[in-house]
Parts: sequence; structure tokens; C-alpha cells
Amino acid sequence: MYHLATSLGIDIGSTTAKVVVMEGTQVIYEKYERHYSQVRSKTRAMIEEIRDLLQGKRFSLAISGSAGLGLAQSAGIPFVQEVYATGEVVHELEPDVGTVIELGGEDAKVIFFKGCLDERMNGSCAGGTGAFIDQMATLLNVSVEELDQLSLEASRLYPIASRCGVFAKSDIQPLLNQGAKKADIAASIYQAVVNQTIAGLVQGRKIDKKVMFLGGPLYYCKGLQKQFVQTLQLKPDEVIFPSYARFAVAMGAALYGDKSENTFTYETLMLALDNPNAGTSLSNRTRPLFSSQEEYEAFQSRHKKATVAHCDPQTYQGDAYLGIDCGSTTTKLVLLTKEKEILYTYYSSSQGNPVGIIRQQLEEIYHLCADRIQIRGSAVTGYGEELIRNAFRVDIGLVETIAHYTAAKYFKPDVDFILDIGGQDIKCFKIKNGAIDSIILNEACSSGCGSFIETFAKSMGYTVEEFAKKGLAAQAPVNLGSRCTVFMNSSVKQSQKEGATVEDISAGLSASVIKNAIYKVIRANSPEELGKNIVVQGGTFLNDAVLRAFELELGCDVIRPSIAGLMGAYGAALYAMGLKESQLLTEEELKKFTHTAKSAVCQGCTNHCHLTVNTFSDGKRFISGNQCEKGAGLHSQEAELPNLYAKKRAYLTQLKGKPGKRGKIGLPLALGMYELAPLWHGLFTALGFEVEFSGLSTRRTYEKGQFSIPSDTACYPAKIMHGHMEELIDKGIETIFYPSLSYNIDEKQSDNHYNCPIVAYYAELLRSNLHRLDSVRFLYPYLNINSEKELTKELYQYLHPFWPDLTHGEVRRAVTAGFSAFDAYRTQIRQWGHEALEYARAHGRRIMILAGRPYHIDPEISHGIDKLATSLGFVVVSEDSVCHLASKPSIHVLNQWTYHARLYRAAQYAVEHPDTELVQLVSFGCGVDAITTDEVRSILEAGDKFYTQIKIDEITNLGAVKIRLRSLLGALEERRGQCGA
Amino acid sequence: MELNYVQFTKEMKKDYTILVPNMLPMHLKMIIQIMKTYGYHVDLLETTGSEIAELGLHYVHNDTCYPAILVIGQFLQAIQSGKYDPHKVALVLFQTGGGCRASNYLSLLRKALAKAGYPYIPVIAMGLSGIEKHPGFTLTIPMWHAMLYAVLYGDLLMDLVNQTRPYEVHPGQAEALAKKWTDRLGEEMGQGGRVSYRKVKKHYREILKEFAAIEKRREDKVLVGVVGEIFVKYSPLGNNNLEAFLIKEGAEVVVPGLFGFCFYVVYNTLMDYQKYGMSKLAYPVYKWAFSLFLKKQRDMIAAYEEIGGYRAPTLFTHTLELAKDYIDFGVKMGEGWLLPAEMVELVDQNVKNIVCTQPFGCLPNHICGKGMMKPIKERNPDVNIVAIDYDAGATQVNQENRIKLMLSNAWRNHQKIDKPELVTQKEKRLETEKKPEPVPI
Repeated sequence: MYHLATSLGIDIGSTTAKVVVMEGTQVIYEKYERHYSQVRSKTRAMIEEIRDLLQGKRFSLAISGSAGLGLAQSAGIPFVQEVYATGEVVHELEPDVGTVIELGGEDAKVIFFKGCLDERMNGSCAGGTGAFIDQMATLLNVSVEELDQLSLEASRLYPIASRCGVFAKSDIQPLLNQGAKKADIAASIYQAVVNQTIAGLVQGRKIDKKVMFLGGPLYYCKGLQKQFVQTLQLKPDEVIFPSYARFAVAMGAALYGDKSENTFTYETLMLALDNPNAGTSLSNRTRPLFSSQEEYEAFQSRHKKATVAHCDPQTYQGDAYLGIDCGSTTTKLVLLTKEKEILYTYYSSSQGNPVGIIRQQLEEIYHLCADRIQIRGSAVTGYGEELIRNAFRVDIGLVETIAHYTAAKYFKPDVDFILDIGGQDIKCFKIKNGAIDSIILNEACSSGCGSFIETFAKSMGYTVEEFAKKGLAAQAPVNLGSRCTVFMNSSVKQSQKEGATVEDISAGLSASVIKNAIYKVIRANSPEELGKNIVVQGGTFLNDAVLRAFELELGCDVIRPSIAGLMGAYGAALYAMGLKESQLLTEEELKKFTHTAKSAVCQGCTNHCHLTVNTFSDGKRFISGNQCEKGAGLHSQEAELPNLYAKKRAYLTQLKGKPGKRGKIGLPLALGMYELAPLWHGLFTALGFEVEFSGLSTRRTYEKGQFSIPSDTACYPAKIMHGHMEELIDKGIETIFYPSLSYNIDEKQSDNHYNCPIVAYYAELLRSNLHRLDSVRFLYPYLNINSEKELTKELYQYLHPFWPDLTHGEVRRAVTAGFSAFDAYRTQIRQWGHEALEYARAHGRRIMILAGRPYHIDPEISHGIDKLATSLGFVVVSEDSVCHLASKPSIHVLNQWTYHARLYRAAQYAVEHPDTELVQLVSFGCGVDAITTDEVRSILEAGDKFYTQIKIDEITNLGAVKIRLRSLLGALEERRGQCGA
Repeated sequence: MELNYVQFTKEMKKDYTILVPNMLPMHLKMIIQIMKTYGYHVDLLETTGSEIAELGLHYVHNDTCYPAILVIGQFLQAIQSGKYDPHKVALVLFQTGGGCRASNYLSLLRKALAKAGYPYIPVIAMGLSGIEKHPGFTLTIPMWHAMLYAVLYGDLLMDLVNQTRPYEVHPGQAEALAKKWTDRLGEEMGQGGRVSYRKVKKHYREILKEFAAIEKRREDKVLVGVVGEIFVKYSPLGNNNLEAFLIKEGAEVVVPGLFGFCFYVVYNTLMDYQKYGMSKLAYPVYKWAFSLFLKKQRDMIAAYEEIGGYRAPTLFTHTLELAKDYIDFGVKMGEGWLLPAEMVELVDQNVKNIVCTQPFGCLPNHICGKGMMKPIKERNPDVNIVAIDYDAGATQVNQENRIKLMLSNAWRNHQKIDKPELVTQKEKRLETEKKPEPVPI
């Protein structure tokens, strides 16, 4: 060990670079800067700044940080992993710290010092980090500092998914649209970060005092500090927010360097940093967007053709038609002449207040119209359709799909495929015989692609236009993957560290967005599958690089209207041309218009939806945020339509225990228990146990159990299981039963009858991770439920040691009783299914097979989608209530899971019945559904049916689900109209 | 019954090339040699590069497991490369069946082939449970027999290379020796006829001796075990060259062999019978196979012990003993209980540092990998495990950074921390040009 007087520590994280100079344990210089991924030049510049300090000295040095590795290697400088560095420095400076929580740009870390040292980092999904906070601030249109300020003024918290930025965005957007206060949202974002850290990293381990908080976000964000302290219930003397919070890693690096044998002088260091070895890596690149100037010019001139004529509103006299598209992030307006020329357009972010914006725009339009122009018709479409229609008495409310199709048809009458990539959503429609033939909307993982490009361009200091232009000139676009924007973001950073240019990144991002759309959302393999006449639209396609990437990927030309971003509004305006007289608020009425929004909690049922109550000047009210019609203060007959989900829930919740000689046994109502509850209930009741279920889940159930979840990419139905266990233990139950079943009931309809690995073996995970289970008797035998004899034998063997008075005969009779209860349940479901179908047919109602798994009936898992469907006029049946009525479909995958085999047959039923639609519920993270969704879709599409998929997770944006179901309805109506004509 | 797949016919056997995806090069080269003797034209795909995953993503849902994306991408790339006549190739997939979605690779590959315009290419699933019939592709008892030895030899060679490579004085010697033996053994087993077990045991000893004779430095390394989902555990394509990375970072890599997986598959059938009263007919056969395997393993361990100098593999029954308190042997989907079993087996061998590899979102690994880390860490406080997700979209920097953390802790536990081993090569060049080679410790 040399122990030189001076030691230099450099920490290059994913977004910032930190340099410290130390003498012994004393910091004599520190600097913290964003590096914009210019790792080498930024480091060089930062060292140059301290030339005077270093000149003429021999010093030791080490680099740390996720982005520092490459530099350290090429420059031959010692490298130390950052969590390790932190551990070292804290150990040296603050020996009484028990736990360190450190948040960085892309990584979150927790270090436990007491007992056995344990250092943890977050998984692949970068939730709960600085990058996440940055993104959320951008979404709220505030700076990170403002976000912090806002959070301190919050009065309430909303639940926000924190495990990934994409999901959180999908939760925040509707909150903004509903008019929730930004302060509340800001605090909710911080709370999400806290929850993510505790649930994802601490995972139930005890947090020993004192707790030290490190890293940029925890240094700057006072609100975040506050929330951590509150949630962990720390007293002031148990918390350390050190002044060197941002520099801990750099200091650790300096200390580490001090122990190494290598020494540097200013000159040798500079020489090392200039090492030419560290050239740009050109691996993982793709072809440029244009191979020649001619190609580029041909592209430009081709796309100039798809334009719309404009007309000067100052001179035009006569009728006009107004179209409004109130989207999730932007609001668009178009005013047309009766010749379909454009008089006026507007395109802007909704800024969380679409009503205000539209009011202002209407005033503007009335002003523009003066006495010359009369608005004869108006139509509104998009997320905010109902709100705006109620607020301004807009004549027609239009489903988005229809609006977009109407507009696309104008540009290409024989259009057969429309792809719309907006800021948040990707939508595509196939058109066959003049009607919408299939609708595909993205699920959460693909959302935000468009706005990601925008946010990224801004962070690099460019406008979207400039950024796109750079992409067009790229020589070697980087391959950034296509999973989701969180993964893309991290790929971008890696490529920047490898020396990729802005040009290459811009083109690479465009290609990634396109690949995400084609291979993840549309799931197409060739351009022929899409169609011959393709129209692309949405704000994101105004980016020429994206447009070009799409054409290249497909290998064919497409049409992009010049008003690509306004197509919804344009279509709405075209649609309104069918009207003669408009009821739209007049100029006078508009002047008196007022609007107030108030939040409230619905007391209609146990769901307790968070409502936003909008009140307008004429006293009219409009309520949003409700899952069912009750919240809207209505009690329509729709709510009374048959709903198999509700019936199944009712059946299971009335299964009560009878006091018996063997005491209580708890059954968690989650995962496979949803299917087999009657069996185990009947069986254990017969054995003299008082059966107690954990009950239907609520958000609270999840929160209760989230601290023992080891893998946060597992599905929500599995994760919620932890809460059910906690609830049973809280009730004081001492015996809990959840069997391990490799095989489910064999319904003789599939190649095999497995459970999925999660349903089959989750008990093993619970036993290993949920410590409170050690205090109860947790029974999770491996059982064969396909043979009464086997089950009797196995159960007897398993239970007998615990209850020595149990006899084989008793178990045998109990098994028989259990199966007869189970059969009664199955028969009842089919009976109800039959009744529901009959009711629907007698009353001319549409039937929806809401097809998922048995546990999807849980109100917290399906988020009331069943009720939403009945409120839209569907009779809702479950997959297991109708699948026995269909013939066996031909399947091209290995059909080996009992639950999933039902999906295929239910799809077949929908194919065989014109009045029946199938909507597939998919839990996020369900690996098996990656296979079933494609298969169900192909069964339905082969039978000329729409395929609708709804992906659900811990939080679901019901507004989006509603749009999806209404699009389905709209398309069905249109198709029916066509048939009738 | 209607045939919904393309058969590999006897005519095809004459001039079709059978493509095999790469996972364990040493094992597969010998297996391919064996197949060649029985008249098959077989090619091992050894391609690499990001294009493989890209191509796979075109044809496979990207929420599907990463291995499926890679294997299918690799096949399609080969077919489209122009190297083969698409009308004259067949594909082989290794399938073990079971409740994991991996059992669907076969269907996914067929779907992908149809979408890509090659619905006529026959796909043969190779595994212990052959459900489909391919008249031109029959594995006879002597072939199975020879392949069993290919697996044993493969495990031995892989293990010895791993135990030698970090220390060899002349880099490349261990690899070269392994190649010499795979060529020789492949050829020998490729003579057809019955493999003589006496000869096999003799070979074990010869191999062990020759490896022991390689000149080695006494250098201090940390031992790092690699476990996980079978494809990303073994395939450098799947795990971004994990082994090479670990070696570069100064570790000796310990990878449990393929024979353990064979044991696992056999043992699961025994469990089906014991737990559920299923597989009654197969039970005696599997029981026999189990004791056969155990004998084979014992014989190999005996050779290790006789020659000395190398850490011998753990007897399977001992592994079972070690694992039984962590997880039930009923967990049989994917790698199932074998995954935690291999972790505790490593710990038992004094390999306290472990990388647990899995494809992003791997279903069984939620339970058997990440779900078992807590009890393993609790009962073995000095164990140091890191879970790494592999995916087409995951960045290597983030993966390597986490592995580095694991390695830093490994070195600390190794009491070696004041002599940084990291980045030493270039440091030397830069700072200490005139210093002599570091003295071995």
C-alpha cells in the first residue's frame, strides 16, 4: 500500500459524472455534472479543470460507475464497482450506518451492513430511479425542481405503478386528463419510487438504523427525502442525508484507488484518457435510412403529394364543420369548409386541462368566423370525448377508429391498412370490404414510443424536427432493441458510451419505434399481411425518419398525409358534414361557460373508485373515473345484464366455513384457488375443518404483501397472493392450505393438462420468502386431483401426521364430497352460461366472452372490466361457461394447459356464433399468454372475428379499456350496417 | 390421425442436411459425429451476432422466452443464408416437454417457418419423450447409448477446461487438448457398434492425466458458479459470452454439467409416480435408468479421485440430499428444483459466488431462481448470488455491472481486496513497463 497524499475518484453514472479529490479521508475538491453520454470528453474536461490541483503530484486514482467501465478499461485505470465503492466509503466514514439506500440515474441500490453484508441492485426494469423521476417531470411539463416543490404541497396520494416508467406514465396520463392536481401527482410519483425501492430491493429484510440516503435524486429532492423518512417511520436521529450524498461513489473510488499500486501524474492520466484504443464500436449497427441523395429526394417528393387544400378563413363565407380530437396527451381541432378545405387547425398538448383549451379555441374560432362562417355540425372523438361533448354540447361523439378511418379514406379511398402512432398509443386498423376488419391497439409495454423520441430529442437539446433531420443523414443507425422505451433508453445510453452519434441514435430510435409497432403490436411478418394501400398517421409519423424506417422495414411505399397529426379531428369534421344544424354552445353561452372539477370517492360498492366530478355553468354534471354506471349516479338497466364474472364471484364469496372439530383452515383466494375453491371447501368442511377464505382482493391486499415478492416481473395474480397469505395470518388462522399442483383437472380437451409454473408451484416461493408463514402450519402438498383414489391416498398420507385421529375412510368420503361440490359449481357455471346466452338472444344483446383465467374474476385483478362491458350493453360470459359448447378448434401450438385450452375453445365458440365476441384478458408478465394470444387471435381471425386483447396489471387505465371496447362496438355496428345494406 | 407436421422421411435421410442449434459445443460435436456414422448429414450452427435475435424477433412474439427467439432466429438465418438449399434441410430442436412454455418451442418454430415461407421444412424434436414419428429419423438403442457417453465425455472435458484454462502457462492448451479429445472420441464413437465401457473408463483416466500434465501457474482466482435456464446457462450466444467475461475478470468458472439435467429429467418421472401415481408403466424403466446413470457418475468420480488434481463432480444422490430442505422435488417445470439444487451443490463444493442466469420473464425461474435466493442466502450467509436477466433488449453494460458487483464481493470475501486484479493487463502496460511479470502468489 502506497497511501499517497492525494487520491482522485471519478464516478461516471448513467447520467452524471462526479469527480472528487481526496487527501486521506478529507475531500478537497468535488464536482458534479451531467455528461450527456459524452463520457470521455466530459471526464477529460473535468480533469482539465483541476489541472492546477494535480500538476506536479503523483496521485492514485480509480474510476467507478456503470458508464465508467469502458473508459477505465481502455485507459488502463483501476475500476471499482459502484455499489462496492459506496459500501467501502460508508463503512469507513460512518461505521454506525445500518442501511444505505442509494438512487442513481438508472440504478437503485440498497446496502445492508448489519449482520451479513448484503448489496442489492434493481432488476432490468429501471423503475424508481432518477431517469424515472426525470421522465415523470417531463410528462407533467415541469422541471425536476418544480416537481419537488409541487410534491411538498400535496394533499393526497394516488396509487401509481412504479416498477417501470412506461407503466407509471399510463397511470399518470388519465389522472392528468381527469384534472387531478399536479401537486398530488408529484407526491404520488415520489411515493411510487419509495414503494418500488422497498418492495423491489428491501424485499422484507429489516432496515437497520441508521439509514443513510445517497445519490443525486435523494440529495436534490426534498419531497422524496420526506416521503422515505415518513414511509420508513424514521426518527430524526436515525437518518443521515450526508452533504456528500452525490459523491459517495466517487469518494469510494478514491479510497479504492488509494489502495492500488498504480499511480498517475496529470500527464500520464491525460495520456491514458486519450488512448486511441477506445475507438467507436461499430457493432450492432443497421443500414442507413437512405443509401443515396436520389433516394432521399424521391422520398421527399413522393410524400409531398398527400396534402389537403387550405382556405383563407378571412375571406371564406358559408358553412363550416368542426372536428375535435381530445386525445390522451394532445388536443386537436380542425374546421372545414363544405368543400373539405381546411379553414383552421389547432394542435397542442392538453396540459392536463382539455376543457380550458377547447373553450379558448372555440372562442378563437367564433372570433375568426365572425358573421361570415356558420358552424353547421360538430363532432368529437378521443379519450376526452364524453367530457367535451357534455361540456360544449358537441353534436356527435365518435369512436376514434371511425374518425381515423373516415379521414384516411379521404386520402386513399381504397385504404386497407391504417397505422397511427401518437405520442402515447399505437393503433392500427385493417379495412376489408369498406369496413373495419380488425383493430389492434398497443398494450402498456409499447406505449409512449412517440413521446419518448420527443423527450429524448429535448434532453439532447434538439427539437423533434431537428432530431429527425439528423436521423435521415445517419450513416450507421444503432440497433436499440424493441422491447419497450425503458429498455431502449438504456440501450441508447450504452450506445452513446460506445461513441454513437446523435444521427445514428435518431435513426436507430425511429427504427426501434417502428419495430415495436410492427413486431410487438401488429405482430406482422410481411408487408403483404398489412395490406396494399397503407396510410400512416399520428404525430409521430410527422418525423420523416420514423416514416422512412417504416417504409424500409416493410419494403414498400406508404401514404402519410401532411396533416398526419390531425387525422382524428379531420375525420370527425368530415363525419360532422352529415349534419344540418349544430347544437354547439354559442358564442354567448361560451362567454358564460364555467367549469369546476372536484375529486370524490364513489360509495356505490366496495371498489371505491376515485371519481372526478365536473360541473358546468348550466349545472350539468359529468363524472369520470368510475368503473361502472353506479359512479355516474345512474342505475341503468345495462347494469342488470347477465354477468358471469359477478355470478362466479357471488358463488365463491358465499362459501362459508362451518365450525368443526378440527379447527380452522385458511384458503387464500388467489391463483388456482379461484377454480378449485369449492373442491377444497367441500373437502375440508367434510373433514371437520372450519374453512376460512381470504376474500376478494383489494389494492390494500396487494400492498400488504408486496414486501416479500422476490421477482417483480411475475404476474399480478401471483404477486397479490402474498397479500392473501398476510390476511389469513392476520386473522389468526394457524393452518393454511394451498396445494402444489403440477397437473390441473383433465378436461380431456387438450394434449396435456398442466397448470402454468406459477400456479403450480407458487407455494414453494411463498414458503421461502414469506417469513410469517413459519409461524403457522403451511400445508402445500403435491396432489393429483384427477383421481379420487390417488387424492385420497396422498391427502391421507400428508394430513395424517398432523391429525393422527384422521382415518382413511374419512378422507375418502371428504374427497368425494369435495368433488361433488366442485362438480356442482362447474355445472352451475355452465347453467348460468346457458341462461346468459339465452337472455342475450331473447333480448337481442351482444355477447362478450371475457376470456381469461379463473382468477381474473377477482375485482382487483380485472379492475371491473366485466362491469364496464355490461354497461356498454354486452352480456358477459366467462370462458369456462361456454367452452364446452364449441367444437374443437385446430390448434398450432402445444395445447397443454387446462386453463388455456378453454381459451381456444371459447374462441371457437365466438367464431361459430355471429352474436358473440371474445375479449381476451391477459395479465402482464404472463409468459404463457405470449403463446396463447397469437393462437386465440388466429382462431378468431380465421373465423372473421375481431380480436381484442386487454392487458392488465396492478393498475389499469380503464379509460383506455373503454376506448378499446367502444372501438370494438363501433366496428361491429359498422359491419352490421354493411351487411344490412 | 391427421398429421399436422412435416415428416422427415427415409428419402430425406439420403441428402438432407440436418441443422442443430449450438448450445454445448463439445457435447454436440461428439453427438453429431455419432449421428454422422448412422448416415445423417448434420451441421452444427455456430453463428453469432445481434442479427440472430433481430431475425428471431420478426417471427416470434417478443414476450416469448429469449432462447426461443435466438434458436429460431439462428435457424432462419441459416436457411436464408444461401448456404443450404431450403428444400434439402431439416431442423433438430431439443425438447424435454413439461409444463413450461418452453415445450412450445417446436410449435413456435413451425409457425415461424410457415410465416417465413418454409412450411415444408421438417422439424424433429429430440428428447426423451418422442411423441412425433419421423420415419427417416430413428434413434436406436446403440445411438442413445453412444450419446450418453458423449454427454459424459462432454461434461468431463468442459469441466476440465474450466478448471485448467485460468491457470495455464501457455494459453490455449486446455482448449486444444479438449478439441483433440472431442475429435478423437467423436470419431471413435462414430465407428458404430457398441461403445466399450471399459474403454470409456480408460479414456477418463487418460483425459484426466493429460489435463493434469498441462503446465499451470499457481494463481489465486475466485470461483464463480454459473447456473440457470439451460440455454442461457450454456450458450455464449444466449448469455453474452458470460464465461469469457468471468475469466477475463479473473474468475475460475464452474458450470454444472449436462448430465445433471439428464438425471433431473429421469428423476421427475420417478416423482410423477411417487407423488401422483402417474407413469406407472415407465416407472421401472426410469428406475433402471436412474441407477445406471448413478453408476456411470460414480465411475467418473472414481477416475477424478484416482488421478487427482481436479475437483470432482458431486454425486447426484448427494445433490438431492443437499437440496431437499430447500425445495420439493415435485417442482419439475423448466429447470425446476435442479436450479436451487445446483446452487447448493456449488456452495457445498465451496463455490460461494454464483451467477443465476435466466431469460427475462422466465416463468419457472420466478420460483426456482429468484424465489429460492432468500433461503439459500439465509442458510449460507457467505454465499454471493446475482441474478441476471438476458433478453434481446437488455443492455450488456447493466448485466456486466451487476456481475462486477458480485465479483467485487467475491474478492472481498476472498481476503484479496488490497490487490486489485481488475484491468491489470493494461495497467501493466501503462504504468509499469519495466516491471517483471507479477510473481505468482
